[in-house]
Amino acid sequence: MEKSTAMKMSFTRSRSLLQAMLLAGLALLATGVANAATGVPLERARVDIRDVASMQRGARNFVNYCMGCHSAQYVRYNRLGEDLQIPEDELVRELMFAAQKPQETMTIALRASDADRWFGTAAPDLSLIARNRGVDYLYNFLRYFYADPSRPTGVNNLMLDNAAMPHVLWELQGVREAVFEEQGSGDSAQKVFKEFRQLTPGKLSPEEFDAFVRDTVAFLAYVGEPMQLERRRLGVWVLGFLLVFGILAYLLKREIWKDVK
Amino acid sequence: MSGARSEAAAQGRFARFIGWVDERFPLTAMIKEHATEYYAAKNFNAWYVFGVLALMVLVIQLVTGIFLTMNYKPSATEAFASVEYIMRDVQWGWLIRYMHSTGASAFFIVVYLHMFRALLYGSYKNPRELLWIIGMVIYLALMAEAFMGYLLPWGQMSYWGAQVIVSLFGAIPGIGGELVEWIRGDYFISDITLNRFFALHVAAVPLALILLVVMHILALHETGSLNPDGIEIKERKNEKGIPLDGIAFHPYYTAKDLVAIVIFLMLFAAVIFFAPEMGGYFLEHANFEPANSLKTPEHIAPVWYFTPFYAILRSVPSKGWGAFLMLMAIVLLFFLPWLDRCRVKSIRYRGSSYKAALAIFVVSFVALGYLGLQPATEKVYVYASRAFTIVYFLFFLLMPFYTRAEKTRPVPERVVYKAGS
Repeated sequence: MEKSTAMKMSFTRSRSLLQAMLLAGLALLATGVANAATGVPLERARVDIRDVASMQRGARNFVNYCMGCHSAQYVRYNRLGEDLQIPEDELVRELMFAAQKPQETMTIALRASDADRWFGTAAPDLSLIARNRGVDYLYNFLRYFYADPSRPTGVNNLMLDNAAMPHVLWELQGVREAVFEEQGSGDSAQKVFKEFRQLTPGKLSPEEFDAFVRDTVAFLAYVGEPMQLERRRLGVWVLGFLLVFGILAYLLKREIWKDVK
Repeated sequence: MSGARSEAAAQGRFARFIGWVDERFPLTAMIKEHATEYYAAKNFNAWYVFGVLALMVLVIQLVTGIFLTMNYKPSATEAFASVEYIMRDVQWGWLIRYMHSTGASAFFIVVYLHMFRALLYGSYKNPRELLWIIGMVIYLALMAEAFMGYLLPWGQMSYWGAQVIVSLFGAIPGIGGELVEWIRGDYFISDITLNRFFALHVAAVPLALILLVVMHILALHETGSLNPDGIEIKERKNEKGIPLDGIAFHPYYTAKDLVAIVIFLMLFAAVIFFAPEMGGYFLEHANFEPANSLKTPEHIAPVWYFTPFYAILRSVPSKGWGAFLMLMAIVLLFFLPWLDRCRVKSIRYRGSSYKAALAIFVVSFVALGYLGLQPATEKVYVYASRAFTIVYFLFFLLMPFYTRAEKTRPVPERVVYKAGS
């Protein structure tokens, strides 16, 4: 019940940006690069962590879709609220499904041992996943699930063969199958990805879905290093100070060295 | 009127205080000996700033290191989380941590350039052999310091990098296996290993480093600094006993080094604030995943400053010989003062054979550094590593021959210096 309210709230908030995201999505399609060996199109995530609205949507996506299995144990809710400009009452109402107090970290109830038993591997903590794998990998990974009846979850992934993770976003993306081409023969035969074929439609259009994933990845990028904007802002001042100090130091050197012949 | 008088009185009091100290501690004498009356050649070029920069990076590492230990927890279950706690919850923790992680790489950059300066201008030659050897011991201590410090964040690369390097000691015939256990304190890299590496990283090696750096500077001030012309300025002094080409370290070189320090700090700050991971070279992506003793990463590479030696290690099919060659690659550097038979010090007046050899050596060192970062599965990388390993060793082993018959140019009597340059 609470979750659907959160979805509605954030979707309304996002409408003003929809057009921009569609354009970005189109630009993205045009710039995708395919991996030569596997044929998998590797696209840039193009996340913008200065876009607060995008990260707010990403936070909503994260608590609704990821936090069933994944924690972000180093991230505090109140820090997130402060950085993403979410008022505390809204934070508690819309994002804190798994916590009592705003200063708590984004932990979950799923035990690693249970996850290991159910999925064959413990779901990794996602606090640092963007720094570990890179945003582009995450962006492609979340979009490249395809139907594979031979897998226990019914899906496989182009970025990570035999991924243990189920296609959590299947309702939004719909179910797709991947078409592969056999290339070469004998020992050098290789399955090369050709295209996706949509089996059932998703709730979101492909462009909307890409934007949904981009928001989520943007949030993960923020979560990986919450101080990154502050770091860059401060860096400009530090370099500015050093530049002025450097000019003075140089003038001092020149003055002192005047008598060296 | 009274203001000037009280100022003079204050100055008198200060002079009396210094006099009081000087009777009990050689304060003024030390300042004179090491700064205001320490004479260095006036023609130092940009290559001569890296010693001072290395000293400054050492101070940065010591100070940021002290602050990091206030929140870091040397325990296998808490280390990784405590680093993230520093990055997220400790006031300015991220800045201190990035200064320390960037400082590690910066240390090696300035030290490698400092060593290259010695190769350019013959700074290791008679009478500066001990200065060079103390410097080499500093380099060894620095490698130990960096290696043990890298285990502390307890990420995947920390763990597996330590696993690979510590296991190299197993290549020592006879005692190898037991030695490795003794170093780790366990049958694998564990909490026990982390604890002892922490102790060595924050106490033992820094103490040794400080002592060695003091020795290095004392040795330098005993012989005096060389210069880009490779001329001993002490051989030509004026009636007061001051070298004709010498200028006092303070204020001349303190003022000049200050400019170098600011330029260095600008580059340093640019990395810290805009690219702290430096594309995965200063902070490796794989290290953002906690250490997992059950999951070996596909590709284990040390941090960039060790990769030339790592490439040498991997170029040999046998682990024992690989480790031996890696060790020799560093040991040979100690013998440089005696391998080089040329009497002329500076590259400015040395023959083309040494110039060519040095150029080829630099290329091979950089190439090995690049190859050490690449996965060892590609055949072409393995063969290239072998070729450059051979070149690396030939630089040292053939040195007595190509430096003996070197066609040098006449060395001037006084340093070359143009005012205002």
